Amino acid sequence: MLGKKILGLNKKDTRFLLIVIALTLLTPVLLQPFAEGSELAQFNGGYPDLMQKIAIFGIFAVGFNILFGLTGYLSFGHAAFLGVGSYAAVWMMKLLTMNVIPAILLAMVVSGLFAAAIGFVSLRRSGIYFSILTLAFAQMSYKMAYSVLTPLTNGETGLQLSLDDPRVLDRAIEGSSLPVTNIFGLAMNASHKVEVLGRVFTFNVGYYFCAVIAVIAFYVAIRLFRSPFGMMLRAVKSNQQRMTYTGLDPKPYTLAAFVISGMYAGLAGGLLAAMDPLAGADRMLWTASGEVVIMTILGGAGTLMGPVLGAGVIKYLENIFSKINESVLHSWFHWLPDGIEDVVIWVFARFTGEGWHLTLGVTFMLVVTFLPGGLVEGLKRLSKRIREGKTKRDKYDGSDPEHHPAPTKRVAGE
Amino acid sequence: METILLQLLNGLDKGSAYALIALGLTLIFGTLGVVNFAHGAIFMIGAFCAVTLSRLLNLSFETVDPEKLDFLGNPAKIKTPYVEAWFGHDFGHALIDWAVPLAILFSIPIMIAVGFIMERGLIKHFYKRPHADQILVTFGLAIVLQEVIKYFYGANPISTPAPDAFKGSFDFGAMLGFDPNVIIYPYWRLVYFLFAAVVIGAVFSFLRFTTFGMVVRAGMADRETVGLLGINIDRRFTIMFGLAAAVAGSAGVMYAPILSPNYHMGMDFLVLCFVVVVVGGMGSLPGAVAAGFLLGILESFSSMNAVKSILPGIDQIIIYVVAIIILLTRPRGLMGKKGVMED
Repeated sequence: MLGKKILGLNKKDTRFLLIVIALTLLTPVLLQPFAEGSELAQFNGGYPDLMQKIAIFGIFAVGFNILFGLTGYLSFGHAAFLGVGSYAAVWMMKLLTMNVIPAILLAMVVSGLFAAAIGFVSLRRSGIYFSILTLAFAQMSYKMAYSVLTPLTNGETGLQLSLDDPRVLDRAIEGSSLPVTNIFGLAMNASHKVEVLGRVFTFNVGYYFCAVIAVIAFYVAIRLFRSPFGMMLRAVKSNQQRMTYTGLDPKPYTLAAFVISGMYAGLAGGLLAAMDPLAGADRMLWTASGEVVIMTILGGAGTLMGPVLGAGVIKYLENIFSKINESVLHSWFHWLPDGIEDVVIWVFARFTGEGWHLTLGVTFMLVVTFLPGGLVEGLKRLSKRIREGKTKRDKYDGSDPEHHPAPTKRVAGE
Repeated sequence: METILLQLLNGLDKGSAYALIALGLTLIFGTLGVVNFAHGAIFMIGAFCAVTLSRLLNLSFETVDPEKLDFLGNPAKIKTPYVEAWFGHDFGHALIDWAVPLAILFSIPIMIAVGFIMERGLIKHFYKRPHADQILVTFGLAIVLQEVIKYFYGANPISTPAPDAFKGSFDFGAMLGFDPNVIIYPYWRLVYFLFAAVVIGAVFSFLRFTTFGMVVRAGMADRETVGLLGINIDRRFTIMFGLAAAVAGSAGVMYAPILSPNYHMGMDFLVLCFVVVVVGGMGSLPGAVAAGFLLGILESFSSMNAVKSILPGIDQIIIYVVAIIILLTRPRGLMGKKGVMED
């Protein structure tokens, strides 16, 4: 085995995957760098709810990226699959068992079928028409969940567990209170707290479950990016016409990509329900679709790490920013002279607390305008600049003005 | 018959709003080739222009009237708006009452300025970028504008009444010889429809009968050639962007009495208006207007009880269903031209 490919990955990708695994496993520690009760403790992100969200939305964004990053088809209705996945998972928990495995499997199957139906229709058009069609389908699902499909979705209240549910497999062991989601008896909300050096680390079953699935999903995405199939999808993005001329029909490839990314979204939806067993139609609202677009673009569309990074950054900042209110700001800037302090606090308060969406919008605009490759491109540029400072420039460097024609760039996403 | 007529009328005002926003979207798309996701935000800013003007006119000072007592026995405080003090009671009161129509005059310069700033400051840099980038950056801008408005006006809808003269409804049925009290239609909605018709007519005749409009139409057909003829087409397109913003803004001003403005109304309308533009055909102005009215009226018909009893919930999704059917059977929309957005 040594020297050959491990799990079908080359050396570089294996190292990359190992880093990702290490990072996900250590998240509860890494996101908790500040001592409990200290001034900076509010920047700690190591609580289960946030970590689960980061893993789940990471999966969602990775799936979205398989469609948008590789084929260039910008779907504005991906949240519909997330919502459908959530509903399917909750139904499984109502009817069969609180074990999350069947729920998640059903979520993936149902959202995959749903994506196949919507994709079959939407993919007949491309460009802006495709975006509008997916948006229309998602809005339609959202409105239907509120009106016609109320028996399935429980309308505005949202689908919840109740004691009268059949839950065929769990009936015998059920007590008088609502059961919790579990995996073969291990409850999702169980956590183990460890205190080291004044820092409290929470190791939560739910998070690790999500993390394992996220790593698997990420591994599948790497394989997909490196496969001939992934190459076909890139061909769709770079020149669909030429692809048709060479005798290839792009439709099956794009449809497969659409279904795969729909299943990723369904998986994310199922996991959301597995962490907290309720499902509401607002998960399908088009702003939710916009959110995953923002995550992917912010991190870097078409790259492997980008969407995960984007999802992590956005979910972390969302939680932290929303918590910062005027009194917190006051405690930070109390050393400033009074008049200046008021101005500084006023400016910061616009962007924190309730103003989180403003920060998001501004950041998003700046990234799209100045850094179309997202954070990943930013990091690459940064590391290149650092390296350039150290190494001698050679004549193949892009900065050589005498060199004609300009050296070719490497293909993006490699 | 009566119900059909009533639903037709009900569809007109919503259809008018769709048509006005879709008209602006299509103008921007046809001239600049930009898919503007921030257009709904412009509509919303227009509605808040009406709110702002009505608040400005209602600014008042308090005087203490020693003659009257309030229910606690203290001297009553009387609020007098400044405009009433300055211009006399009757004229001042009329000004306050007519705040919404007046806000159109107030909003036009604001909206044109907003349009210019948006185009010169941001969208200009995105002409050569892919459509996806344009969608994304204007989407970001829409979020920002929405949050700014939310900060200044709060998250709750603000009711902005129509002038007293247009309050209440009139009996349309009695006029046409049907039974009275069957077809009742609020005055303001009729005003809105007429206003929309005038604006649409004005935009079309501006494009058709003026030299400026002719140049713009030529630029829409072939930008490069017009540029080579020595005409500064970019500047004219910027002006068209301002005009489109003014159309959407005034549509928002007049809509304020129908739907109390809230910070997310722009986004709600935008999604529907994109559907309208696509149904009408990307780049076709008559298509956008026709599709706007068509979808508004269809939406209103599908909310009839007779229809709902056969197809429950159809009123919520009819627009999307129609859009999907049309896009699949007539890929260019109702009146779309060949070669527009066909990458």
